[in-house]
Amino acid sequence: MEKMIVAKTGNEAMAEAMRQINPDVVAAYPITPATEVVQIFSSFVADGRVDTEFVPAESEHSALSACVGAAAAGGRVMTSTASQGLALMHEVLFIAAGLRLPIVICEVNRSLSGPINIHCDHSDTMASRDSGWIQIYSEDSQEAYDNTIQAMKIAEKVFLPAIVSVDAFIISHSMERLEILPDEEVQAFIGEHRKPYDLLDVDNPITLGGLDLQDYFFEHKRQEIEAMKEAKAAVIEVGKEFGEKFGTSYGFFEEYRMEDADLAIIALGSTAGTTKVVVNALREKGMKVGLFKIRVFRPLASEEIKKSLEHMKAIAILDRADGMSSFGGPVFHEIRSCLYESEKRPIVTNYIYGLGGRDIFPEEIESVYKDLEKVAEKGEVKNLINYLGVRE
Amino acid sequence: MPSLKQLSSEKDLFTYGHRACAGCAASIILRQVALVAGKNTIFVGATGCMEVVSTIFPYTAWKVPFLHNAFENSAATGSGIETTYRSLKKRGKITKKINVIAFGGDGGTYDIGFQSLSGAMERRHDMLYLCYNNEAYMNTGIQRSSATPFGAHTTTSPAGTVIPGKQQFPKDLTEAIAAHDIPYVAQAAPHNWADFTKKVEKALTIEGPTFINVLSPCPLGWVYPPHLSIKMSKLAAETCFWPLYEVENGIHKINFKPREKKPLIEWTKLQGRFRHLLSESNKHIVEEAQKEVDRKWNRLLKMAEAKI
Ligand SMILES: Cc1ncc(C[n+]2csc(CCOP(=O)(O)OP(=O)(O)O)c2C)c(N)n1
Ligand code: SF4
Ligand SMILES: [Mg+2]
Repeated sequence: MEKMIVAKTGNEAMAEAMRQINPDVVAAYPITPATEVVQIFSSFVADGRVDTEFVPAESEHSALSACVGAAAAGGRVMTSTASQGLALMHEVLFIAAGLRLPIVICEVNRSLSGPINIHCDHSDTMASRDSGWIQIYSEDSQEAYDNTIQAMKIAEKVFLPAIVSVDAFIISHSMERLEILPDEEVQAFIGEHRKPYDLLDVDNPITLGGLDLQDYFFEHKRQEIEAMKEAKAAVIEVGKEFGEKFGTSYGFFEEYRMEDADLAIIALGSTAGTTKVVVNALREKGMKVGLFKIRVFRPLASEEIKKSLEHMKAIAILDRADGMSSFGGPVFHEIRSCLYESEKRPIVTNYIYGLGGRDIFPEEIESVYKDLEKVAEKGEVKNLINYLGVRE
Repeated sequence: MPSLKQLSSEKDLFTYGHRACAGCAASIILRQVALVAGKNTIFVGATGCMEVVSTIFPYTAWKVPFLHNAFENSAATGSGIETTYRSLKKRGKITKKINVIAFGGDGGTYDIGFQSLSGAMERRHDMLYLCYNNEAYMNTGIQRSSATPFGAHTTTSPAGTVIPGKQQFPKDLTEAIAAHDIPYVAQAAPHNWADFTKKVEKALTIEGPTFINVLSPCPLGWVYPPHLSIKMSKLAAETCFWPLYEVENGIHKINFKPREKKPLIEWTKLQGRFRHLLSESNKHIVEEAQKEVDRKWNRLLKMAEAKI
């Protein structure tokens, strides 16, 4: 198979994947730094390069609402947004998931106001983590492209919507080498659109989104939770098939030099790339360090996380969002909780970093590994929750 | 245009078993719309009385496809359905003509869903939006909306000892939507079923976005005996508080001109929500309300006369 090698930004990569998916409907609203995705896709529509009908909605709330209508009518549906846009969609996120509509959002991780800021952190998708959407984080443009294609297939397998995200500017606007699959290979991979139901089937009318009270609501939610469990198998299956067909396999995480590591950093998104550089440097010096990159945060692969990490001496979790609970970030809470059942629990610390697009430097990551080394040696933690790269 | 006799022999598509209050006009309105629209129609309903009373799982009063998304987004949701329909039609996957009708109460339309409606109309989706206007948020216990009449008591504009009910005139949503320059906008009321169903039929025949605002008397919120709903509807038209008219391609046309315009009080005095206006100290409210009705009616007459 002939892959095309091009230079593309994260936004361009996601827009390209959307073009190849060729959805029935895209309804979207622009917001920095995801605007380009919408713009590029609009020109695909204007130039007749897709069959998609584009709805230039008057807000993100309406964009996702239109997506819900479009998907309930049996269409394959996608959108794109970031930050405030995702926050404005918040109400409808839960409805899309509750109605089991396999919509895909190409999301760019940007800080939520306030104060207003257009740069990267994960506060937007983290605030949506309990909405019933599959969440896939991408380290670079290639992953953003690969993840978008896989997300469509995973979503339609389990009838849950999915968010694929990239870090604002760091990935969304950085030109990188990208391998693009042939259009027909992408179409063959995602297959015919699988829809949960079809409002346009007027001969078999159904009522959707009705009032669901104490006697049924819980059962419906229970099924949704079960679907999220099933999504685990779908993530693995689709990631494996992607590898078999196109060369790169995907799973819940990427374990980088973790085989014999004692100390690990856990990160999502572009920071994983920087951390790999630091791991290599420290390995040169003989430190047994590794990186555990989380690709899929929803569903949370708790068993697998436990198995991969329980033999570590110490782990630092990098959170690019704070839970505002005075007790650290969301990734910290969840990963630490996964390890609660293990017999010898590793020490787990938390580093909040990079809020509002503050850069994270290799030296800072190195300092985290050094902290971990000390913590592991002494067996005790002085600072459980740390703030990295902030003036205080 | 089917006759009432013909319509009544059609199979109901919004059917019995819904849990609306006795005398609820909104359920009559939906039943008539569904009859006219027929089975190749998809309905989207906003959160509010009509969604709540008609779709309690595992039951449904709908024999046509129905979708409820949320409170403020039924227009956007309908626009999504219409877009999939267009997309699949273009791809040759569907050939049937299918109507999309989105509806909401006055809260879901005048207030929280105003933006969503405006967007859908401006994008010119081929759909009908229908507002059943019972002039308050009934589902949540009769709170004021921007459609609530001047002086009316609601639970958030109570007739108190200092402030006698709602202090603002209702928003003229029909004209606001007409200002979107869509092909067809109309105001209707359920007592005049022939006028109303004709408007629905017309709206569905026209390509592009159409909007109908239907007054929907509500015994619970307006506080009158349930058997008077149709009378309430009729009086609203006869007092010219709720003119029956249409705006087709920008031209206003009045569909009902009372031979003798009744004073507004003939309508308000029958409703508990205006009870406080009967006291001498609130006479000025009645006068102000009447003046506003006159002003709006005269304006409408002039527009119709000038064919604008
Ligand atoms: C975002 C949001 N805000 C508030 C509500 C609560 N709520 C549900 S229905 C309703 C009022 C509905 O009023 P209207 O649209 O006039 O319909 P009616 O009940 O009068 O038929 C309100 C306030 C909600 N469901 N969603
Ligand atoms: S409260 Fe009014 S609008 Fe709601 S169901 Fe009862 S009568 Fe109908
Ligand atoms: Mg109402």
